[in-house]
Amino acid sequence: MPQGDHIELHQKRHGRRLDYEERKRKRAAREVHKRSRDARQLLGAKGKRFAKKRYAEKAQMKKTLKMHDESTSRQKVDDVQEGALPPYLLDRDQTQRAKVLSNTIKQKRMEKAGKWEVPLPKVRPVAEEEMFKVLRTGKRKTKQWKRMVTKATFVGPGFTRKPPKYERFIRPTGLRFTKAHVTHPELKCTFNLDIISVKKNPNGQMYSTLGVLTRGTIIEVNVSELGLVTPAGKVVWGKYAQVTNNPENDGCINAVLLV
Amino acid sequence: MENRDQEEPGSGSGSGSVMCQLVNPEGDHLGAALYLPQNVGPPQLQEIVNHLLHNEDKLPYAFYIGDEELSVQLGAYMQQKNANVEVTLRIVYQPQAVFRIRPVNRCSATIAGHTEAVLAVSFSPDGRCLASGSGDTTVRFWDLNTQTPLFTCKGHKNWVLCIAWSPDGNHLVSGSKSGELILWDPKTGKQLGTPLTGHRKWITAVSWEPVHLQAPCRRFVSASKDGDARIWDITTRKCVIALTGHTNSVTCVKWGGDGLIYTGSEDCLIKVWETSQGKLVKTLQGHGHWVNSLALSTEYILRTGAYDHTGKTYSTADEMKEAALARYKKMRGNAPERLVSGSDDFTMFLWEPTISKQPKARMTGHQKLVNHVYFSPDGQWLASASFDKSVKLWNGITGKFVAAFRGHVADVYQISWSADSRLLLSGSKDSTLKVWDIRTHKLKQDLPGHADEVYAVDWSPDGEKVASGGKDRVLKLWMN
Repeated sequence: MPQGDHIELHQKRHGRRLDYEERKRKRAAREVHKRSRDARQLLGAKGKRFAKKRYAEKAQMKKTLKMHDESTSRQKVDDVQEGALPPYLLDRDQTQRAKVLSNTIKQKRMEKAGKWEVPLPKVRPVAEEEMFKVLRTGKRKTKQWKRMVTKATFVGPGFTRKPPKYERFIRPTGLRFTKAHVTHPELKCTFNLDIISVKKNPNGQMYSTLGVLTRGTIIEVNVSELGLVTPAGKVVWGKYAQVTNNPENDGCINAVLLV
Repeated sequence: MENRDQEEPGSGSGSGSVMCQLVNPEGDHLGAALYLPQNVGPPQLQEIVNHLLHNEDKLPYAFYIGDEELSVQLGAYMQQKNANVEVTLRIVYQPQAVFRIRPVNRCSATIAGHTEAVLAVSFSPDGRCLASGSGDTTVRFWDLNTQTPLFTCKGHKNWVLCIAWSPDGNHLVSGSKSGELILWDPKTGKQLGTPLTGHRKWITAVSWEPVHLQAPCRRFVSASKDGDARIWDITTRKCVIALTGHTNSVTCVKWGGDGLIYTGSEDCLIKVWETSQGKLVKTLQGHGHWVNSLALSTEYILRTGAYDHTGKTYSTADEMKEAALARYKKMRGNAPERLVSGSDDFTMFLWEPTISKQPKARMTGHQKLVNHVYFSPDGQWLASASFDKSVKLWNGITGKFVAAFRGHVADVYQISWSADSRLLLSGSKDSTLKVWDIRTHKLKQDLPGHADEVYAVDWSPDGEKVASGGKDRVLKLWMN
């Protein structure tokens, strides 16, 4: 058994010394002197650790006392707002305000979306296997990183192919188009107009930069021969149109002018 | 055959009589069935009922056959309804107030002074003082004789949401949006002591202990948005008991005449508490949405205490207590206290909380939330104000629908009864007040005049004045 347990057992059987309480009280009273001497005489790391502990105790005591002090800074009570309401409406007004806000947001979204309405709002997505064909190159046909576009494309007049070692996407000349049959939806007449650029392909940004023409693509066409003018009197030469057929199957591009 | 048919109407119109059974509103029979001549009308029936009940005074009665008031002679009524003469006719006699209140019809004063919307208006139990609470954080007392401001009581930190007079008329307590309650002396307009603090959110309702349980009045209960209801003692200025049990805002609190406290909450529950230790006695369930308002059938009697239509004053508290107790017992009779709760689920429930935890009736018909329910002073009728722009009248004993008062063009916020239970007043979001006749179920008086929403209305217990306040920051007094 440890020595402490022996001491406790002895105290349980025979009691403590008769002057135990008095000695304990005097020892506690002398504690302040011992601590003061330690503060003065401890050297080196011991002294640093002791000072750190005493500082922490002191700071904690100051905080505790400060909690009970009266505050000297002026406290501002919650403002009395305008628009007083009786108690039966206080919980209710928030609901109405939230509803108004929600309705406003919905209205704005609808107004925004209305700007971008096109004749074909949704088109079928085109899979990558359908869009591209794997091209095998090299003497032994082992290099397979090139892709040939199987859809109609548009390239600008000054287009030059990249060097063969750096060109990944190949647009065949047989599937390139420079003109489109554009119908005016109100005048109900059709013109054969030059394509200026491919603005947006609904299947993704990559196809837009490649100039791929699928159903639903927004293209820019040269409308200078229609004789349209702006309200300021200038000649309109570029307008948007949306492709409405499948050019890779039909061999031509049909589009509707966006007015 | 033809001769017999011709003979019967002749004999009927000549000397026929109707068998009638007189019943009181609770359904008890008044003696045996009677054979009455066909020329008997309401005045003769009154004589018969007074005689059979051995009334010393001639009390007025109204008579109802199948929820419809009898206003002509029995013979004419039978012809109108093509009723069978051989069936016993069941006539319910309804006691009426012995006094009569004239409807208000004009605005006698527009008292400016508040600088924000008037949120609460209340007459004193004897009807001689008027107090109002406003969003400008003041409580004001008004002189009803000269119709001018009397006292302006400052002390609150935020909007004064509700005020309540003690039933003996000696104190006024007001609760504000910052959660404090202040006690005022209506004779001097001074604040009595420091504010009573303890609630953490705004006060929604205040209710005093009835004067027949404790005179002079010294305890009241307040309900708050923080989910607590607290009982305060104005002598020790402390919170005596905190009734914690609701999980959401307590919207309404009533101190009943049986010594029970009823609280309605936004957690869809109504809880019943006893007042000596604050124990929860019952929980009344049934509503599917917030409980907005509670009404006790004895509420008007508890509010006015010992003061009745005779205008008698009392010198000692014991006299007042005895008079209030006698009045309470006379009004209540043998029936238990009834409680009605109005809710956001568009329905109301009629409860008898001392008897059962099940509702006695479910009252449907409103198309939007029920904002205020109020029993008539005699307990026979119940009125409900709703945001569907209508006020509906119900039988206060059975919960049956009686009539709908349509005329407001916006939400109806608050209602108030005249002291004789014959007229009903409603204040609405459409800036008007309307007086409805309970007997004819029609609009009696239209009172435009407010410039904005009417938030609070009150009809004085002596019946002479109506006070209303609202968003246009003025207090209006109406009289005839």
